[in-house]
Amino acid sequence: MSNELESISDPGIPPHVHRKADEDPIAAKRAERQVAILFSLSALGTLLFIFSYIAIPDDLFVFLPIMGNTNAHQLFLGLGLAFSLFFIGMGAIHWAKTLMPDNEVTVERHEFRSSDEDRKEFVKTAKDGAAAAGLGRRSLIKRSLGLSLGLVGLSPLLLLRDLGPLPEDSLTKTSWKAGTRLVTDPGDRPIKPEDLEVGAVAQVLPELAPGKDHHTLSDIAKDAVLLIRLRPEEFNLDAERLSWTHEGIIAFSKICSHMGCAVALYEQQTKHLLCPCHQSTFDVTRAAKVLFGPAARPLPQLALALDSEGYLIAKQPFTEPVGPSFWERSS
Amino acid sequence: MKRLSRYRRHRAAAPMLLIMALLAIGTTFSVASATPNKSALALARSAVIEEGKQLFLKGCSSCHGLNAEGGAVAPSLIGVGAASVDFQVGTGRMPMADMSTQAMRKKPVYTPEQVAALAAYVASLAPGPAIPGDEYLNYERDGSVAEGGELFRNNCAMCHNFAGQGGALTQGKYAPTVMGVEPVHIYEAMITGPQSMPVFSDKTITPEEKLSIIKWIKSAEAEPALGGASLGRVGPVTEGLLIWTLGIGMLIGVAVWLAMKAR
Amino acid sequence: MTARERIAGNVANYVDERTGAAAWMKKNLNKVFPDHWSFLLGEIALYSFIILLLSGTFLTFWFDPSQREVVYEGSYQPLAGLEMSAAYASTLHISFEVRGGLLMRQIHHWAALFFMVAIVVHLMRVYFTGAFRKPREFNWIIGVGLLTLGIVEGFLGYSLPDDLLSGTGIRIAEAIIQAIPVVGTYLAFFAFGGAFPGEAFIPRIFIVHVLILPAIFLALITVHLMLVWYQKHTQYPGPGRTEKNVVGYPLLPVYMAKAGGFFFVVFGVTTFIAAVASINPIWLYGPYTPGQISAGSQPDWYMGWLDGLVRMSPPIETYLFGYTISWNILIPGLIIPGLMFTGLALYPFIESWITGDKREHHLLDRPRNAPNRTAIGAMALTFTLVALINGGNDIIAQQFHLSINQIMWFSRIGIIVLPPIAFVITKRICISLQRADRELVLHGKETGRLVRLPHGEFVEIHEELTPEKKWLLTSHEQNGPLELPEIDKAGVRRTDAIRNKLRSRMSAANAEVAPKVTSKDLNEIEHH
Repeated sequence: MSNELESISDPGIPPHVHRKADEDPIAAKRAERQVAILFSLSALGTLLFIFSYIAIPDDLFVFLPIMGNTNAHQLFLGLGLAFSLFFIGMGAIHWAKTLMPDNEVTVERHEFRSSDEDRKEFVKTAKDGAAAAGLGRRSLIKRSLGLSLGLVGLSPLLLLRDLGPLPEDSLTKTSWKAGTRLVTDPGDRPIKPEDLEVGAVAQVLPELAPGKDHHTLSDIAKDAVLLIRLRPEEFNLDAERLSWTHEGIIAFSKICSHMGCAVALYEQQTKHLLCPCHQSTFDVTRAAKVLFGPAARPLPQLALALDSEGYLIAKQPFTEPVGPSFWERSS
Repeated sequence: MKRLSRYRRHRAAAPMLLIMALLAIGTTFSVASATPNKSALALARSAVIEEGKQLFLKGCSSCHGLNAEGGAVAPSLIGVGAASVDFQVGTGRMPMADMSTQAMRKKPVYTPEQVAALAAYVASLAPGPAIPGDEYLNYERDGSVAEGGELFRNNCAMCHNFAGQGGALTQGKYAPTVMGVEPVHIYEAMITGPQSMPVFSDKTITPEEKLSIIKWIKSAEAEPALGGASLGRVGPVTEGLLIWTLGIGMLIGVAVWLAMKAR
Repeated sequence: MTARERIAGNVANYVDERTGAAAWMKKNLNKVFPDHWSFLLGEIALYSFIILLLSGTFLTFWFDPSQREVVYEGSYQPLAGLEMSAAYASTLHISFEVRGGLLMRQIHHWAALFFMVAIVVHLMRVYFTGAFRKPREFNWIIGVGLLTLGIVEGFLGYSLPDDLLSGTGIRIAEAIIQAIPVVGTYLAFFAFGGAFPGEAFIPRIFIVHVLILPAIFLALITVHLMLVWYQKHTQYPGPGRTEKNVVGYPLLPVYMAKAGGFFFVVFGVTTFIAAVASINPIWLYGPYTPGQISAGSQPDWYMGWLDGLVRMSPPIETYLFGYTISWNILIPGLIIPGLMFTGLALYPFIESWITGDKREHHLLDRPRNAPNRTAIGAMALTFTLVALINGGNDIIAQQFHLSINQIMWFSRIGIIVLPPIAFVITKRICISLQRADRELVLHGKETGRLVRLPHGEFVEIHEELTPEKKWLLTSHEQNGPLELPEIDKAGVRRTDAIRNKLRSRMSAANAEVAPKVTSKDLNEIEHH
């Protein structure tokens, strides 16, 4: 540390400067009054809080600039509490600053390192302890202890097994089966092709299985579908995918292939679907090909057909798992 | 008329519809002439259509074509219906000031009477979605706000945000806020699908359900600040901004004062 | 002796005879705390934590952590009669039927944001002043642990009310778990008790949110504070302040009054914001269902940078032997955050390895006097900030009429290009500031007063600095780079030659400074 020698010299702690309140009793009295005023403001805040709690009905609204029509109960309850807390704090700080002794104190630091004797003694104690236990000599005990300690951790892990069922095929299956009608969400009304104009969309779910009275969230999380009608000539699909559409109506899983948000921002002019979570953009005319954003796969397309009554149905289940990717997914 | 509206985008249908429209008008005239009262009404209507046509020729035809058949920069208006005209012109989106950006809501250029005339003229070209009558729009009397909210979150919130504040679309396009929009214009937007917005058919979202959506939008619009300043109702971004500026700013201010030596 | 004093004496006597506390108290109350506003940032975090405990306990009296389906019958009409989870319904109940419930909810949420802001600002203070150096590396690691747990705890709290926004967040968290190779699907099914969303997740995260994590927090915060106490606080350099002493106010009464008062100030300011500004208006979001989504769905800010990373990720997945690896989720969602937090936790050791400095440090650095460290910090902040901006790209696009695609491309390029630029610029600025300090010490302060010399020349009068100021600007250490041999004394290339070369280079970069003024320089000037 040669440069330490060259440094200019430390002038030392500057002399203490007295505050007005230290020397002038009038100033001290003034400071005392200020602290008292701050504490009293806090007391007033508590009174405002109590008053608001009891006397201001929770359906009273006051008009305030910026905030608009504001709930008076919530506002004054909050302001009362805020003032009561804030001014206690300000009073205490002001008191400490102006009236409590403000002489700075210097304290020496101690070294953290233990003395050499202490260290030696500690090492000796530890060694003696280990020797007394005889762990080093009795290798049979050491090994079997290692084994048992290693295994005992398994029990609590195993106990966690029943946190949930195994996935099995539940990620690859949805409620859509061949012949399932598409129904509106909400409303559960079946849909005919002529119900949709060109440029129209509809949020749909599979019709409820007999005996069920509503869609569970776990079902919706896999079943939600978006129905879109284009002019048939706008499609740019291969023959198979084109056969999955009906008179320009095309259906995609609404669950994003990236992280599972509902992809439902349909831009009618560009025919793009946008996911509001991470901005993956899909091209409806090309079977939801990814145009932009982090999604790596198109949205699964649902094959459509008509039933005997002219309602839209699923021609077949989804041919691939819907929703975000997972390890066991094959493509 | 509404039932026909689903055909209005068929390319082949446009000339057909034009002929049908002419026929229809002709028929109306022949029926109208049977009774003097109706004939007066029809005459008045044709006068309105004529006024609309003049307005159209002056203000719209340079882009949309002399017969509303569309042009290089603007779509055909044959078959878009009165609802579309009322929405686009009535909210000031048309005529467009700047073609490079999305048509924005602004102060309408035309008076309500002129808008009605333009709508009547375009409607006379071919059938299309009509301007919904008051019976569809009485949200104060009819509809369910809770059901409307559910429909809104299912069909509208993904673009217009959970509280109808609007949101971003791709490539600089956006879904505008639905706050402060006339019920009739909200309704027209749903049935005509202006700009990027898709159409919400009457079969998948019934007129009653559309009214409920309007009821919910109006309820959200009128909802006072229940928990204090709303911060734009755009979610955690503005909340984070507030805590990083005003919030921590206030605390650091006090901290600086606390650590300052009193004089 | 007054009656009061006698009673106090008796109590003290009673306690001391049973615990021997007096000796311990005498030793530990004799602590001194340096006063500086930036030393209060950690306190803001501590106080926010206490506020969170208080307000959170209040909320548990009514909150029902259950995903059981109920029909809403409360007073908020726009949701009347809708099916929703008990968790959401009870949060509405707290907001609208419990008097002061909404206020407490808002206090709780704002305090959570404050907690995270304060942790980050405190971390920045500790980092940029070098307070993490020996002997405080353990406390730095505990702090990084608290930051990480804070993000998790905040996210769980955001998820509990089961509104549309929080459900969307859970959905994304589930997708991240599911993306983990080999075991991800199983982990997700165990965590959610089956397929998403199931009915098990909210009850489970509730107990984590209100019991397990707060308990860990309490333990870690206690150790964190005890270490500060035991090791004594660091102090900024200044006249009379050395590595061997600490200059400040005694714990009793000044520091106690100030710190206690500051707790109330933090509580008061949090309550004030909660009174005037709405946060997380769950009644507008509506109940969660997987088929719905709102434009502009974001996490709270402390997760925003993660979401921004996920958004900007390129669309890469690998399909191998019938299995899928989702790099587009793994890299931004797990790998980069993992690397960032590991690097953060190890930074004290990395720096000490580069500088070879194994001494204790109790005097803080002025950020300009450690240009390399400051530049690395600026680089990390730039990275996080670009990610955070991209996390709000849709809101930014909407408010400023920009395109989300453009913002996304800006972020994708910016996150690679901007951090190194920030590093270079910051380092140059630091060294320039050192040069300016040097000028100031050598030639004094410009006064702005012009004087005309007898021969007609105008000169500005420079005022010499006070000795205190001079000391402040020159007291820091400037240690040269490590010189590590690549070849040993026998002329043979050492086995650790490559490591030594790398270390020497990094050390040289680290030691790049503008030379500070020494007493020799000053003497020369005087003799001039």
